[in-house]
Amino acid sequence: MVIEISCVEVWREISNYIDKNVDRELHSRMEAHFQVCKHCSAVLDGTRNVVKLIADGAEFEVPPSLGKNLYKKLDAQLGRSS
Amino acid sequence: MSTASLQSEPNECQLIERCLSGEHEAFYELMRPYERAVYFAAMGVLNNPADAEEVAQEAVLKAFNNLCKFRREAKFSTWLIQITINEARMRFRKDRRHLYDSIDEQRSDDEGDYIPKDLADWREIPSEQLQRRELREALKRALDSLDTKYREVLMLRDVQHMSIAETAKVLGITEGSVKTRLLRARLQMRDALSPGIDGSWITGRTEFKKVRPWS
Repeated sequence: MVIEISCVEVWREISNYIDKNVDRELHSRMEAHFQVCKHCSAVLDGTRNVVKLIADGAEFEVPPSLGKNLYKKLDAQLGRSS
Repeated sequence: MSTASLQSEPNECQLIERCLSGEHEAFYELMRPYERAVYFAAMGVLNNPADAEEVAQEAVLKAFNNLCKFRREAKFSTWLIQITINEARMRFRKDRRHLYDSIDEQRSDDEGDYIPKDLADWREIPSEQLQRRELREALKRALDSLDTKYREVLMLRDVQHMSIAETAKVLGITEGSVKTRLLRARLQMRDALSPGIDGSWITGRTEFKKVRPWS
């Protein structure tokens, strides 16, 4: 029998759930909750997609100048031309 | 950046030895895999590309000058990112922003639960649907809206894929705090991004579909 879990408890653990970092019992309770609670299911979908979007890394641009500028101060100290 | 082990790769140890012996070129080789990581770590604190680039330069210089103090049983990348975070935080304190978001209050986590907004499902990742530029701008705005202590954790965990243990070590907080801050960061990002994901950044529509339309 799966013991019910509240939305507040689900929100508290949702990040750990996404990271597969909850124990089996809690996982089952949360799964059962997502089946019946559209709001929490929406929070899960949205949060999961945020993590995917950010993890992609493609949306985070490194300035084109970084490769050249990163060592500017070190080069100056070493008297090295870049 | 690998997070599997908490120790440096053997090749890195050799590069460190060579650098300490006076072969300075070895330091550039040592740094190469971590150039992006240093920049994004600084961005996590400052969220400003120009400032982050400047801080990254300072961090590289500091790492070089203090390489003799690096303890070989630790991981070079963790040590390097710690230096970067510290430099970024010092820069943050000098900035006026500290009046509104004191980095010195970063030690404690917010009490109470974060209540995520009631928004309709965001089922599809919109990269294919939206212009990349709009998405990047929305992402930047969303990151800017986070408290520094949440953005730091988000960048290290979700962008740089650091482990919880490494993230805790770099930031000087407990693993429990990493998880708590990551939860808040992710939920706040979801709340900030979801309303526009259905295209309203482009259409200018301001009403968002709710899951529970009566609320």
